[in-house]
Amino acid sequence: MAHALEPKAKTLAEASSDAPYGVIGDLDPRVRVVMACVFAIATVALTTIPALMAALATAISLLMMSRLPIRRTLKRMAMMDSFIIFMLVLLPFTMPGEPMFSLFGFSASWQGLWKAIEIGLTANAVILTLMVLVGTMEPVTLGHALHKLRCPEVLVHLLMFTIRYIEVLREEYLRLRGAMKIRGFRPGTNWHTYRSFGYLVGMMLVRAIERSERILCAMKCRGFSGQLILLQEFRMTRRDHRFAILLGGVCVGLLLLDYL
Amino acid sequence: MHIVDGALSNPVVIGGAIAAAGGIAVGLKSLDIDRIPTAGVLSASFFVASLIHVPIGPSSVHLILNGLAGLLLGWAAFPALFVGLLLQAVFFGFGGLTVLGVNTFNIAMPAVLAWMIFGRLIGRGSAVHGAIWGGLGGAFAIAATTLFVAVSLALTGDEFLPAAKLVFFAHIPVMVVEAVLTGFAVLLARKVKPELFLKGSSA
Repeated sequence: MAHALEPKAKTLAEASSDAPYGVIGDLDPRVRVVMACVFAIATVALTTIPALMAALATAISLLMMSRLPIRRTLKRMAMMDSFIIFMLVLLPFTMPGEPMFSLFGFSASWQGLWKAIEIGLTANAVILTLMVLVGTMEPVTLGHALHKLRCPEVLVHLLMFTIRYIEVLREEYLRLRGAMKIRGFRPGTNWHTYRSFGYLVGMMLVRAIERSERILCAMKCRGFSGQLILLQEFRMTRRDHRFAILLGGVCVGLLLLDYL
Repeated sequence: MHIVDGALSNPVVIGGAIAAAGGIAVGLKSLDIDRIPTAGVLSASFFVASLIHVPIGPSSVHLILNGLAGLLLGWAAFPALFVGLLLQAVFFGFGGLTVLGVNTFNIAMPAVLAWMIFGRLIGRGSAVHGAIWGGLGGAFAIAATTLFVAVSLALTGDEFLPAAKLVFFAHIPVMVVEAVLTGFAVLLARKVKPELFLKGSSA
């Protein structure tokens, strides 16, 4: 699980914020959220390798359409694979079935191998589509889209606050880390490190809570009543309909391919 | 700790989604207007804290801190951690979409349990006393999370059992680190802002 996010990791949307995301970027955010879910559900329902390959191919062609930095996106996808590779490598050895070969007395089965490939393909196809369709949005737009899709208002508030303050708190974290570094702190496997990190987390939380009290006062001052005021209006155009029908058709096609 | 799409059987995925939706609903009910900013800022700080890499021997682990999140937020830890997982999946590509429910439940339910068991104890006695209970809460939450992950894998099929066991044992060092860190975080918070946990235990 270790090297998942470097301290300076950025979301894909931030990494190239001025580049418009081609065909995908122009679509209505609501359509993108809904279609990502539809595609995910359809893909998870697939069970045959050819259908799953087709699903991954669909995801990759969406990536091409989006003009996201391809290498960086695939690298991020590969990072997720590094989490699951362990489980996938184990699967052939733990699933009963026709033996393929044996290693140190443990026999690997074909069934297990296919299962592992299936999981790998599904996971990658879904996460890639999610990153392409939803991950290219401004985080705030995602909040607005979820609100329009009738998500509970409080949940959307929470999402917006989280998005708003991640960057602020990350800066505070880096400032505290800088202060520690300047005093000669080097992390290692020892009590001192764990105590210092514990205090760091505690300090971050105390400061966060005090900050939130100030935020609440400031918001009340401006008449916050728990209502979301949305500045963005979404409009469905013909293009959105076309995209939804097209991707919906692809999903049906995938399911048919799987069924046959 | 993230489970990915396609690994779990449909009943487990659907069950997880329903359980998570229930937890989120309870959590949202406990959030009135005055607590929304607090929960939002805390949710963001747990997101940032999960980027901290703590060295263990030659490797390092990143923090989860769901125990601490539960101790501070109570049921509101459900929506707060859900938001964190959603953002991670969408913008960083961790976890998955259909398994979001299962992942939320596996991380947030232990947080709520830690709050139920240890929440009251933390505000009492001396700061060190509170810190020890906090540390136990932190370890408990990670242990419960790995257990829940293992159970969701085991419910899917026997072929995952070895992987599930491995997940559990591989996380024992993580439990220790989380316990120590949570303990010290509580110790600092008790000293710097003692009213924090007094309020939390009555909420």
